[in-house]
Amino acid sequence: MAKELIEGNVAIAEAAIRAGLEAFYGYPITPQTEILEHLSWRMPQEGRVFLQAESEIASINMVYGAACAGVRVMTSSSSPGISLMQEGFSYIACSEVPAVVINVMRGGPGLGNVQPSQGDYFQAVKMAGHGDFHMIALAPASVQEAIDLVVLAFDLADRYRTIAMVVADGAIGQMMEPAELPPMRPVRRPEERPTWALTGAKGRKPNIITSLYLSAETLERVNLALQAKLRRIAAQETRWKEYRTEDAELLLVAFGTVGRICQTVVREARALGMRVGLLRPITLWPFPSTRLAALASRGRGILVVEMNAGQMVEDVRLAVEGCCPVQSYGRMGGVIPLPDEILPELKNM
Amino acid sequence: MEEMELVYKRPESLTPAHTHYCPGCTHGIIHRLIAEVLDELGVRERTIGIAPVGCSVLAYYYFNVDMAEAAHGRAPAMATGLKRVSPDKVVFTYQGDGDLAAIGTAEIIQAASRGELFTTIFVNNAVYGMTGGQMAPTTLPGQRTTSSPAGREVETAGWPIKVAELIAVLPGTAYVTRQAVLDIPTIRRAKKAIKLAFQTQLAGLGFSMVEIISTCPTNWHMDPKEALEWAKEHMLAYYPLGDTKVSDGVRALM
Repeated sequence: MAKELIEGNVAIAEAAIRAGLEAFYGYPITPQTEILEHLSWRMPQEGRVFLQAESEIASINMVYGAACAGVRVMTSSSSPGISLMQEGFSYIACSEVPAVVINVMRGGPGLGNVQPSQGDYFQAVKMAGHGDFHMIALAPASVQEAIDLVVLAFDLADRYRTIAMVVADGAIGQMMEPAELPPMRPVRRPEERPTWALTGAKGRKPNIITSLYLSAETLERVNLALQAKLRRIAAQETRWKEYRTEDAELLLVAFGTVGRICQTVVREARALGMRVGLLRPITLWPFPSTRLAALASRGRGILVVEMNAGQMVEDVRLAVEGCCPVQSYGRMGGVIPLPDEILPELKNM
Repeated sequence: MEEMELVYKRPESLTPAHTHYCPGCTHGIIHRLIAEVLDELGVRERTIGIAPVGCSVLAYYYFNVDMAEAAHGRAPAMATGLKRVSPDKVVFTYQGDGDLAAIGTAEIIQAASRGELFTTIFVNNAVYGMTGGQMAPTTLPGQRTTSSPAGREVETAGWPIKVAELIAVLPGTAYVTRQAVLDIPTIRRAKKAIKLAFQTQLAGLGFSMVEIISTCPTNWHMDPKEALEWAKEHMLAYYPLGDTKVSDGVRALM
């Protein structure tokens, strides 16, 4: 398939269709509404389910219901809407049903604004909801990568029976870039739905999907199994990209849109004779801690650049365990940090 | 010994599990009525139930059908998501008054309004039972609960919600009724209504809901018989029994 000029949100929506999305439930909120709008006509066109819900709370619980039926299902929202979905994330994670969620992050806290932000890093990787669980969090730095990560999110959600969230910032959602969409995969036929799904207890015992375990010992066993699964995911699915790290003595760490900007910073710094490299986490959870520690052990400092007050920097510090200085540079409110302001921060290290 | 005919047995749609319900609780009766209806309609093997948060949170152990456990109040959203991708299945939610008429108000009204093709069994016993008898959205004026110790004061706590009447005004609903399980005649009528609600779903006519006036002897601090009498005298005075919505399509089924 050839490249076409496509907007990030539309690309995300279309990629989900190509990945075999069978049902979408969502609610309008800027800057992700184009996902909902695109699916509102494309899903019926493909004979699939689209429903505009009354709230993000309803959206995520509709997703939960459809996930229990064993279909590929998705919702999308932006920061304040994601907060409303957190109850559902927790139930879905404990029930171990697969679901995909898109968060096109905007400025916060509160109603904030509709400018691009990475303020939901903590929410995506550390506090997705009550109880002990993590979502797989995938952060694209381009429209093409957003497409690829949406497809990956469905595959990972199915493989591990968990929630996978694509954490894009508003800039990825709103910008247009040339990108290539994947080929169309068919939706699962009814007889192909997983054996654990709620399909009617015909010729078998009833299937029960619940997150309620009243005895302490049983709930601990459920948690231990969940934690074992999360360790498997961390061992097998950690993803990142590196740029000019081979001889780097200073390392930039940034994700999403900022990761891309920092690639320019690396080029500019190298032109000045500085040995600078970049590590861009693609999975925010699981976090590429091991690789980061290895790079830190042979460098003399790390600068973490984010569109927030400094959230991922905490994970970087945990990963490197004090073996080199870790500085943070963050802009908030929808301000995108530019190479001209990042470079001086690097020089000061 | 002469051979005897088996005239009464556990419906296939109920499991042999012993329920956790308190003595005198009417959930058991309502479970049985639903199970008998699923058996009679021959739909057990394609039925999916959604259990609520509340006393009937463990309903999935008692119905011999595929079931999921929803977050508090969200059963109608879950049922919507599930039914839309499984249109050939029979889907029902089983919800109490706190679940449906307080925390889940938006979900039930919107699902009913969309005419979702599932059936809601709404059990109204005027208190939050599982948490120990607090005031519910359906607690009667003056009724004492652990969170309205002086009796519900409508000036501050508002009026109890008449759900069957509220849902009936939504154009997407096909069959809405209020029934009770307080004696043999009301139990028989409740079963008929539950059957009609599932038939409404099977015929694809629109949203169907049966509100069922129930008792909570434990939290009402009454013995079971007293509770039934109290419900008849006080609950039915505020919550009159009968159909609040019967669409033309449903009337043709009657």
